Formats: sequence, C-alpha cells, structure tokens
Amino acid sequence: MSERQIELEILRYDPEKDQAPEFQTYSVPCQEEWVVLDAINYVKDHIDATLSYRWSCRMAVCGSCGMMINGEPVLSCKAFLRDYPDRIRVEPLQNFPIERDLVVVLDDFLEKLNRVKPYIIPKENRSLEDGEHKQTPAQLKRFKQYSMCINCQLCYAACPQYGLTGHFIGPAALALAHRYNQDSRDAGRREREEIVATNEGVWECSFVGACSEVCPKHVDPAAAIQQMKIGSLIDWYQEHLMPWSKR
Amino acid sequence: MSRRPYVRELPRTTWWLKNGRYKRYIAREITCIFIGVYTAVLLFGVKRLSEGEAAYQGFLDALNHPLFILFHLLALGFATYNSITWFGVTPKAIRIQVGEDFAPDGVVAGAHYAGWIAISLVVLFMAGI
Repeated sequence: MSERQIELEILRYDPEKDQAPEFQTYSVPCQEEWVVLDAINYVKDHIDATLSYRWSCRMAVCGSCGMMINGEPVLSCKAFLRDYPDRIRVEPLQNFPIERDLVVVLDDFLEKLNRVKPYIIPKENRSLEDGEHKQTPAQLKRFKQYSMCINCQLCYAACPQYGLTGHFIGPAALALAHRYNQDSRDAGRREREEIVATNEGVWECSFVGACSEVCPKHVDPAAAIQQMKIGSLIDWYQEHLMPWSKR
Repeated sequence: MSRRPYVRELPRTTWWLKNGRYKRYIAREITCIFIGVYTAVLLFGVKRLSEGEAAYQGFLDALNHPLFILFHLLALGFATYNSITWFGVTPKAIRIQVGEDFAPDGVVAGAHYAGWIAISLVVLFMAGI
C-alpha cells in the first residue's frame, strides 16, 4: 500500500482556554485508500489526543462525522483522500456554534426537528387486533426518498438562509415533515402546517438548492420544500378564494 | 467544565462569494433587476401611448438609441437565463406519479419549454411578425 504525507489543517477551539478558534496543522502519513476520518483518527491516536470530533459507523449511515472539508460540508467517512490535494482544511460544520474543536452544538436542529412532529399522527388509533397498516408500493414510493435522511446536518451547513436567518426551520426538518405528510398512514399534515407553512418554515427558503447538492443520501430536501410550498399555496387559495370548498 | 459555544457567523454581504453554487444562485436572483427595469420601460411606453401619437413616437425613437438596444439585449439574456434555470428545477417542485413511478424530469421541464414556445409564438403572431 502506498503512503502519502498529508498536511491536515484542523480548526481547534477549547472553550476553557481559547477566545476564538485557530487552525492547527498536523502532518499525517496516510494510506492512499484512507478517508479524511482515518487521517483525523490518526491524529487523535498518534499525535494529539486532545482533538475532539464525532464519528461512529465509518460507512455513511450514522450521520455523525459531518465536517467542512476544504469548505464543503461532507461526511468525513465518505471523503476519500485520493479526491483531495496534499493539504486539506477541516472545520466544524458551518452555521452551527462550535462546542469544541470539530464538535458543533446541535440543540437548535433537534428543537426544530421536534417542532415539525416527525412521526406518524394517525387518523384514529388502531388496536393490535386491527392488524398492520397496509401500503402499496406506489404509496411507499411517495415518501421513501425523504425517509433516507440520517440527520447529518450537511444541508444546514450548506444552507445560506439558515446561516443568515437562524429562525429558518431548515432543510432536513422540513424534508422530514414532508416525509410524514406524504405517508398514507398519516393524518397530521394540518398540525404540521402550523410550523411548516410559515415565514420560518418553507417560505424562508429561496431555493438556493445547496441542501440537495450536498445531501449524502439523495434525500433532496429542496424538492420536498418546493412541493410543500405548492401544497400550502393551494391551501391558501382554497381558504381565501373558495371558502365553500371543504379543507 | 464550562460550555462556551463559539458562533461563526456568515459574512452578511460576501457570503455568496464562497462557492460556485451560491454565485449561480445570486446570478439567477439578480436577473430580476433587469426584468424589473424592462417592465418599468414597458409601463412607461404604455403611459406615452395614452398621451397621444407624438408622445408614443418619441418613446419609440428613444428605444432606437444604441444604449437602449444594448439594455434590451442584456435583459433578454438575463430573462433567458432566469427561465432556463427555473425550468431546470421545476421537476423538483412538481412530481406527477403515474402508477408506481414518477413522470421523468424531462417531461415536467419539457412541458414548461413547450408552454414557453407556444406563448412566444402567440405573442409574435399578435405582434404581426
């Protein structure tokens, strides 16, 4: 296996000592097959044990290791060194407060995710005796794509609207609201609209589309948001121009 | 151990210089300025028309000025860019499920192009071209 020397510039921040984050450079002997996360693990294991960062599965499933790598939000376990130059800049996800080093504060996202009620709200409660909910392949296809979200928050790091106006509910939470709205077992759309069809919901989105470009699971949150805009527009017309129509 | 999260804010005016996709977005949004000015010129023309033949003729003569022709070429370019970029993303907003699958992106975007061509032909016909 061929070895390659990589200069890793990592943004460091110690809340107990530092006034502001600063870059620290590490020279890492890397294997060509490595991903950026392997190089960061090497730093932690062999050079500087104080480095803090999140990671778990190493296979783009858990969504923990999102970072800005050369300015782009990516999963560091999916960022192969062969695609990068010999000098790589690693920063915590943009648009999130830095807790320590590469670890960001997720509280805002989790609070917003909770607000869109990302779970099935059934029309009526069913007992176990009623059996399972049945769905056709066509019904499954309406929401399956949006259920692939792993909450990695790369979309929030890519979204300038979220960065500029912090009150924006944001791409992943809205995509998950859409995921449940589209589910034939769900009847909670009207409840979610209270959050979704507002100026902090879909109408804050100006369709930059960056969320969908950086999404590692091809969820396409931008598509979900635009579809919800059309849905809430139809609601508005029905309410104001066709008051006799049943909503 | 105390928490003291550090907030890195986006630069309010220069954030869009950060990467190519933000620049393309701003380019798409900036087209509205040219389309807005074009609309204002058009409205001004309607006003001149209401003021009589001489006033309208003066407006038409002014439009022949090279700077006005240059502006209209620019506005046409920006309007075309706006239309193409928007038509390109329409399949994201409009999903038509036929049976199990969704209509291909090309069908949704293509329908928009077809509508664009049809309306343009009607306008050209009404203009006597």
